[in-house]
Amino acid sequence: MFGRDEKVSAIRLTAVQYIILIIFMILAYGLWRLQVMQSDVYAQLAEKNLIRNVPILAPRGKILDREGRTIVDNYPSFSALLLRDSTRDLNADADVIAKGLHLDPKEVHERIRKFMSMPQYQPIFLKDDITPDELAFIEAHRNELPELDTIMAHRRLYPRNGFMAHLIGYVGEVTEDMLNQPQFELYNPGDVVGVSGVEKQYNQILMGKNGSRRALVNSRGREVGRLDETAAIPGTPIKLTVDVDLQIAAEQALGDRNGAIVAMDPRSGEILAMVSRPAFNPNDFSVRISRTEWNKLVNDDDHPLLNKAIQAQLAPGSTFKIIMATAGMQEGIAEDMHVNCGGGATFYGRYFKCWVVAEHRVHGPTDISKAIYQSCDVFFYTLAEKLGIDRIAKYATAFGLGQKTGVDLPQEVTGVMPSEEWKIRNFKQKWYAGETISVGIGQGAVAVTPIQMARAIGAIASGGVLVRPHVVNPTEFPPNVIPASNVPDQTHIPLDPNNWQVITDAMAGVVNPGGTAPSAHLQGIDFAGKTGSAQTISNALKARLGAAGKNFKDNGWFVGVEPRRNPDIVVCALLEEGEHGYLAARTVAQVIKAYVEKQRRQPTKIAGKTGNAEISAVWDEPTADGHHDLGAGHFSVETSKRKVPAAAAAPGMN
Amino acid sequence: MSRYVSYRDFDWLLLTFVLLLCGLGVMEIQSATAHTKFAGAHIKQLYWIGGGVAGMFLFSLLNYQALLDKIHWMYIGAIGSLMAVMVFGQKYLGARRWIKMPGGQHFQPSEWVKLILILAVAKYFADMHQRELTWTDFIKAGAIVGVPMLMVLAQPDLGTALTYMPIAIMGLFLGGLRAKQALIVVLLAGLMMPLAWHKLKPYQKDRLVSFIEPEADKQGSGYQVIQSLIAVGSGGLWGGTGTQTHLSYLPVPQTDFIFAAFAEEHGFVGALGVLLLYFIVLMRLTQNAQTAPDRAGTFVVMGVVAVLSFHILVNVGMVVGFMPVTGIPLPLMSYGGSSVLFMFLALGLVMNVRMRRFVN
Repeated sequence: MFGRDEKVSAIRLTAVQYIILIIFMILAYGLWRLQVMQSDVYAQLAEKNLIRNVPILAPRGKILDREGRTIVDNYPSFSALLLRDSTRDLNADADVIAKGLHLDPKEVHERIRKFMSMPQYQPIFLKDDITPDELAFIEAHRNELPELDTIMAHRRLYPRNGFMAHLIGYVGEVTEDMLNQPQFELYNPGDVVGVSGVEKQYNQILMGKNGSRRALVNSRGREVGRLDETAAIPGTPIKLTVDVDLQIAAEQALGDRNGAIVAMDPRSGEILAMVSRPAFNPNDFSVRISRTEWNKLVNDDDHPLLNKAIQAQLAPGSTFKIIMATAGMQEGIAEDMHVNCGGGATFYGRYFKCWVVAEHRVHGPTDISKAIYQSCDVFFYTLAEKLGIDRIAKYATAFGLGQKTGVDLPQEVTGVMPSEEWKIRNFKQKWYAGETISVGIGQGAVAVTPIQMARAIGAIASGGVLVRPHVVNPTEFPPNVIPASNVPDQTHIPLDPNNWQVITDAMAGVVNPGGTAPSAHLQGIDFAGKTGSAQTISNALKARLGAAGKNFKDNGWFVGVEPRRNPDIVVCALLEEGEHGYLAARTVAQVIKAYVEKQRRQPTKIAGKTGNAEISAVWDEPTADGHHDLGAGHFSVETSKRKVPAAAAAPGMN
Repeated sequence: MSRYVSYRDFDWLLLTFVLLLCGLGVMEIQSATAHTKFAGAHIKQLYWIGGGVAGMFLFSLLNYQALLDKIHWMYIGAIGSLMAVMVFGQKYLGARRWIKMPGGQHFQPSEWVKLILILAVAKYFADMHQRELTWTDFIKAGAIVGVPMLMVLAQPDLGTALTYMPIAIMGLFLGGLRAKQALIVVLLAGLMMPLAWHKLKPYQKDRLVSFIEPEADKQGSGYQVIQSLIAVGSGGLWGGTGTQTHLSYLPVPQTDFIFAAFAEEHGFVGALGVLLLYFIVLMRLTQNAQTAPDRAGTFVVMGVVAVLSFHILVNVGMVVGFMPVTGIPLPLMSYGGSSVLFMFLALGLVMNVRMRRFVN
């Protein structure tokens, strides 16, 4: 009888005990497998979880002027970034983050996508130079948005109001296209690199090397401790050949007119000043520029991003007559040539006017000197006819026109110096002798950059020594870090001393009574140069544009030197739509004057003296209404302590 | 029937080991929740344990045989409470599992149902009059557990529903399940599997997928599995600083993953020690089952053994990567009032049986 008191099968109870034992042995094996056999693997994984590499950004090297005064500095600024090794869905939070940081949500999503293929510990940079209220937003949402973090970085501080903007250039984030190029293989997305100007040319030197810090983080990416850090190697400072004092003078001389000024030491090729107008504010680029701002700059008809000193290709106008005169005299044609200017002449069946008829007069009998200081077109038409295009091209090319000067700045353009061979190569057409006539006065197909003009006329005034311009002294760095140039540093073009004297004397006549720019005369300074007024566009283009072509006013040019022979300085000014060369001449005169005054002060008056010396200088001064004016005045300095007296307030130093 | 029960027959040794496990649990809760928003959870846990011990003593005073006589009323009550949950239950995280009590406490009936099922199954098999299990018995016993199980599944709470199953299996096995029957049931269950897959919620499917292939979705459902494995593995032989637990890489370390947290901090040696303590507790319980005064007593104690073993198997199995994530806590150690109370009341039943082993 089977009843309530019948015991449960003892065998089955024992079986249960064995089953439990087997379960526990399996579990114990599971523990053994993880904690003893694979312990190393998991220990590494745990470490990987909690150690994060935080980049320490290297500050870029400063940019200094020739006297060591700071032009471009760095300042501490906070960047907002997204940590990707947290467990959050970044795309889900992107809209909230975009709103808090005043960003376009689409741009945030795009950034997250761009970083998909990068290692997890690489944070995504969202916005640089965040405002205090954006910083407050991040601090206030530490718990809700743990992936949002900040990093302090050194940002570029450029001079205000676009001072020297084109020469310095600006920095920007390395682009996807750049990263695909071999020379950027060591760069990471988000790295800041030079995009134009000196910043681009010498990026390698300026950039430095980012360091990194290994930090302990919790699962939300919050730093809870530090392990070690590799310090950042700051970028090397770069000393330019530019003199801030002269740059101020040049900036002021050009004012807000469109155009460019290049000042160069024709003995060494050192660029002393370089201005282009209109300017842009490179501080807008030191942080990420918004798409609309960028489009505004790129689509502006005045091309504010273009460095016109090296990138404007324009007809040189009458300044080209110096090249013509050199060619004509060296070829033995011009010295004894006499032309009677009656306000124009006919060549190859077409009548060419002299500019002078616009003033209801004529030049009358003209020799080479008068042709230069009075800028007689008829004389040079005749000379051009006699020389022929190929002999003109030979000299122009020898003096570097229609070619890159080899200046150490990116994106220099070549310009055009036409010749018979050039015409056939580019247009598959024969050169017409009639075309040579316009070339004689720097029109037609001739297109040069202001820096080419400064270099060429500087070389002629120096007796045929053609130098390669540069903004950084190549001897300051090891040869391998300076990008090589195929332009030789110095070339000699033999000039007959007599010819040299005639031409330079005539150039001095330009800025004296009887010349084309007497108002640019500088008392007590041996100033010489050549004016030019050039059509903005070629005659052919003008014809094609029809009525609209009439809107293009002439460009004013002037290339000046001081002193007239073996000059210390050559300055080329281009005033776009400036109409008259004499206006450009005054502009150049201002720069030359500033240069000479500084030269005379420093080595003579002050160096010889002890105690106090009175000097005059220019400086950038903020006025009460927030504007910045270039100021000038006299002040007294103690010469014993004198180091850089005129640098009292170089822009960008605050 | 004389009534002579004494606390001399109370299983003090069992209680000692149980409290030892609770103590380790409290320690680990304290360590894992320090500096988090759950800080202080270990104090609450101590209150639950205190309450549980009191409940255990109260339960041990009741006569389990008297309880078994009224089990059909209790069973009806259990089904009723599960229906109440379906109607009045609080919806939280997509599941209706709790009833809000007037005192503001949340009450989860599915835990209590477990106790009643242990008693109901014990009653059924104690009253069975033949040595071998018929298909009728099989279906009846299956229905006793199956009905509330389906109701809990509907809440939905797969984890708790699964914990009812071992009660039935243990009953069937001790009740005389034949090998042929077992084989047929296993085959049938195997055939049902694909059907069951379609019934799973998406998150449950995710859990299963991430169990089989945790790397598939590292930041999603695979995250818990991976972080748990890293925690356990990085503990090594002797344990470490517990960065996985303390820097909150390990999710909810005070509840379902408490064993992972413990294994990280105390290593293989510590974790094995805990397993050993559980093993001792289970062996002691089975011994009590063997010395029970009657069949019903044996079934009651073995029901508790079944539930406890199942919890340990699933929870520790999950932590070492042998089982998918099911949300089943580790009894005695995991933080949580319902779980602690259930365990101590179940132990109260065991004590009840033990104290009456000489009574007849």
